[in-house]
Amino acid sequence: MNNIIKKCKVIDKEYNYFTVICDDAKPGRGKLSGLAISVKDCICVKDVESTAGSKILKGYRPLFDATVIEKIRKEGGMIIGKTSQDAFGFGSFNTNVGLGFKVPKNPFDKERTTGGSSGGGAGLTQKADFPHVALTESTGGSIENPAAFCGVIGFCPTYGRVSRYGLISYADSLDKIGLMSKTVKDLRKVLEVISGYDDKDATSLKEKINFESKTKKFKIGLIKFDQGVDPEIKTAVEGAVKKLKNVEVAEVSLPITFKYGIPTYYIISTSEASSNLARLCGLRYGIEGNPKNKSFNEYFSEIRSQNFNEESKRRIILGTFARMAGYRDAYYIKATKVRTKIIDEYKNLFKTFDVIVSPTMPVVAPKFSEINKMSALQQYLMDVLTVGPNLAGIPHASIPVGNKEGLPIGLMACTDHLQEGKLLEFLQLVEDSS
Amino acid sequence: MKIDQELTRKVAKTARLNLTKEEEEKFTKDLQEILKAFSILDSIDIKNTRSSFRPIEQQDILREDEEKSCIDQEEALKFTKNKLNGFFIGPRTIE
Repeated sequence: MNNIIKKCKVIDKEYNYFTVICDDAKPGRGKLSGLAISVKDCICVKDVESTAGSKILKGYRPLFDATVIEKIRKEGGMIIGKTSQDAFGFGSFNTNVGLGFKVPKNPFDKERTTGGSSGGGAGLTQKADFPHVALTESTGGSIENPAAFCGVIGFCPTYGRVSRYGLISYADSLDKIGLMSKTVKDLRKVLEVISGYDDKDATSLKEKINFESKTKKFKIGLIKFDQGVDPEIKTAVEGAVKKLKNVEVAEVSLPITFKYGIPTYYIISTSEASSNLARLCGLRYGIEGNPKNKSFNEYFSEIRSQNFNEESKRRIILGTFARMAGYRDAYYIKATKVRTKIIDEYKNLFKTFDVIVSPTMPVVAPKFSEINKMSALQQYLMDVLTVGPNLAGIPHASIPVGNKEGLPIGLMACTDHLQEGKLLEFLQLVEDSS
Repeated sequence: MKIDQELTRKVAKTARLNLTKEEEEKFTKDLQEILKAFSILDSIDIKNTRSSFRPIEQQDILREDEEKSCIDQEEALKFTKNKLNGFFIGPRTIE
């Protein structure tokens, strides 16, 4: 067992960041040699249990590597293990872990959340004292949110820029594989390796990759949105923007996105999720029962009821409802139309601005005792700042810009579709000025 | 629209979930609260707006119609305990 794996075990014992640690991990050679790569549990790694943090997929060891894993291995990245998440990505605090899984703890205060759903990857990125990048995934904020709460950089590329082949789907039209890192440099290195067209993913983009960018003077649109945002977070983000040299800043607003973003996101994502999760029924892989002498409905309902956690059931019910005959037009179809308006709202801003900036989260990492008191709806509302760029499928990232009483604050930056280079350039600017 | 336990039960049955009495009550209450908040969508004008089923314009990509390799039978059955003569054992389809 190498030294890095030993360190991971020590960290995991205290913070619960892993679902599996690869004892036999070996470093390779290539552009990523020397880098340890942790993998969110929903991304398939050959022969390593991959459950998307759920009980119903317990025991599933994929027969193949996801395309991103294949690319990382080819360039010598060392896969060190699978990281904790809300089951299937269903959560903002990584507290909705699968039945029997442990909840990860914030690296700055163990009484608080890492954020979710990629909480394990974010916490590990903060605690790792070795070169490490976390491979994670965002549907509505699952990279940016925990990156902000754990004080690391979280980067989510354009929808379709990185292959989703081998990703256990939450919502196909929203899922993006992305990264977390302590430095922009390491992040760029891995992003270059994992990006690009893949004929195994029908939504993969054919556009050429070009992450070089030289913006003469960044035009920054600072989002004016105060509702529920901690004033200290607002001040920290505005202060970080003020420190940037040779930039132009103007206030912007996204009225449709902020008014309608949450319902639009939750209706679309749960609709797609309820369809995706229909395949999990105790047959072929994952948890199984004894199907003999039982009818289809009886067996499937039994397995699903016993092995999905509460939030998975809630989202399956919400999504099934939104797609049912009689409700479909009023919910699902309507949400897909509002989504068009949200995309257009961002596209209009990018006619004038290079980058759109806001806080990542309205609060710093809450305590578990506070989260326990929140209703499902109150938890959903925490995603108010992150659902917009996810619905629009634009590249976006969270970068640390200070703290409130020792708890990290994240600044979120978004650029237009396929402008990953410009976003990396902007992150570098923020990193250099802090 | 009336969201009650009967509706929750009907939706859960469609989704192949058996709910306990407590779950039924809890999810009904959650659904009521969530859908009430989401009814804000009634106030947006979406006439003449197209749907976005993806966030970015994408073209259909077709590949050559040629044979490709896939996993063999033995591999496919590697992780199931319910197998017989190279097949998966499943529940009854005919009552």
